[in-house]
Amino acid sequence: MADDDQRLAEFQARIDRGEKVEAEDWMPDDYRRQLIRLIAMHGISEIMGTLPEKEWVPKAPTLYRKLAIMAKVQDEEGHGQLLIRVAEDLLEPLGQNREDLFEDLFAGRLKFHNVFHMPAPTWADAGIIGWLVDGAAIVTQSMLLSGSYAPYGRALTRIVEEEGFHIHHGESICVSLAEGTPAQRAMLQDALERWWPALMTFFGPREGTHLSTHQQQNLRWRIRTKTNEELRQRFLTKFVGRIRSLGLIIPDPILRFDETTRQWHYREPDWDEFRRIIHNHGPMSQERLYLRQLTYDEGRWVREVLSKNARRSA
Amino acid sequence: MTIEGPNHVKPEYRIPLTEVLWQLADDDLVIAFRASEWLGLAPHIEADVAFASIAQDEMGHATMYFELLEALGEGSRDDLAHLRPSAERRNAVLLEIPNGSGSYLHEPHFDWAFTVCRHYLYDVFEALRLEALTQSSYLPLRQVAQKAIREEVYHLAHQELWLRQLAEHSKLTRARLVDGLSQAMSWAGDLTWAAPWQAAFEEFSLVPGYRALQQRWRDAIDRKFREWGLPLLKAEMPLNGRDGRHTRHLDDVLSTLSEVYRLDPTAKW
Repeated sequence: MADDDQRLAEFQARIDRGEKVEAEDWMPDDYRRQLIRLIAMHGISEIMGTLPEKEWVPKAPTLYRKLAIMAKVQDEEGHGQLLIRVAEDLLEPLGQNREDLFEDLFAGRLKFHNVFHMPAPTWADAGIIGWLVDGAAIVTQSMLLSGSYAPYGRALTRIVEEEGFHIHHGESICVSLAEGTPAQRAMLQDALERWWPALMTFFGPREGTHLSTHQQQNLRWRIRTKTNEELRQRFLTKFVGRIRSLGLIIPDPILRFDETTRQWHYREPDWDEFRRIIHNHGPMSQERLYLRQLTYDEGRWVREVLSKNARRSA
Repeated sequence: MTIEGPNHVKPEYRIPLTEVLWQLADDDLVIAFRASEWLGLAPHIEADVAFASIAQDEMGHATMYFELLEALGEGSRDDLAHLRPSAERRNAVLLEIPNGSGSYLHEPHFDWAFTVCRHYLYDVFEALRLEALTQSSYLPLRQVAQKAIREEVYHLAHQELWLRQLAEHSKLTRARLVDGLSQAMSWAGDLTWAAPWQAAFEEFSLVPGYRALQQRWRDAIDRKFREWGLPLLKAEMPLNGRDGRHTRHLDDVLSTLSEVYRLDPTAKW
């Protein structure tokens, strides 16, 4: 027991010195579990996140928009691949792999991000996803980039770079609509109203005066370096002005920046609704899970070819 | 003979030139659509990323061909891609056949074996056609072909790997592959079909050796099919897409591709 305590203390000392942890390094079981939880959820969210946007890939209005959104969705799938590989290295000592992650997803044990449970009924939704959902993601990911687990940090470096392009892609769609015909502007305003609640809950509930032990531990291990509320404040600072400059109205009458506290005030989102959504009771949760599971099951015979060949060449 | 660009095009050259470009643009647009339907739904994440990249390349090629048509004064590239009715489309019917039952949005029961077989048959032809186009008399087309052929080499290698793996893995996967291949071959005839009026493609050196492509395609696939122990099936032609005859599936493809553009083709999107 004393040995364990000492190992743990040494691990914490490494983290405190700003050292990075590699996959093959010793790590506390709980550190590993927290990382798996975070990275698997992130990876699976990227995969599930391709579904609302792919609806618009062939429908994108022009050839150039088609090319751009195809590249974007491919990037998201690529991020999913990259992250799931990072998670697989962490799962290996537990005797698990990506098949377990998909099984967990289908069984409701592994959650995917709240925004990807939402419908995207118009082309403007594709613009808002690219601009603001990716904009919110980059706020979180830039924070995670400096976390203590090196393989995740390396994956995120590439991801954040590509997300930068996605924001331009999404913003460009939104700017065209905002500068377009009255029908195009109305389509964009509708989409913003549809997405705003999901964007406000994107970062998770505000912490009370006391952080949960769970979150304290993650901060101490530098798995994360900022609280949910700090991230939401940063998102608002980055985007509210830009959204308004397009002539859009944010559907929150009390949203304002308080110069004295340097904080945004906003209408409290419906956190009960948020919890329902992430427990797969959102408007599109079941439909998207069904789509993913159907093709996953029907593609099993193809994956068997690949896994057998991988073993042969190993 | 080299025609430098749109300003040097004479009327008798213009007709076969635009015909070639319609065929190229329409082929790539439709196959890019079919490939993109798999986004997020492919059997394996790595396969998803690779196939997405291929779909993008094909869409990129289609865009370049529509731009060449636009430069010839045929209309804006987006009008040409989105608004022409199916009877004016020149793509091979093979490329418009669905990946399976359902759609990419609802109940997609897609067939991976058919998908890779169809794409393989197309890639073999596409590589041969592009190789010929690198010697085309129309300079802008020659330049596009030189760019596109570099990507096509990877597409072909990718599909070959799939076919070989499925052929060699087990009885079950081979049976599924043969089934997919039979379906593809039952539509593949118009892909390489050369009409009498397409003699002008050679006469003006637009696509040097155009009429020989059919046989070269046949030889190339037969060689591989023998190597993989696959049957040498006849390429049937129930409909000829090169003549503007298509299945109703093409109407579905076009209505999806143009759904947003049609809301207001004069708007800036």
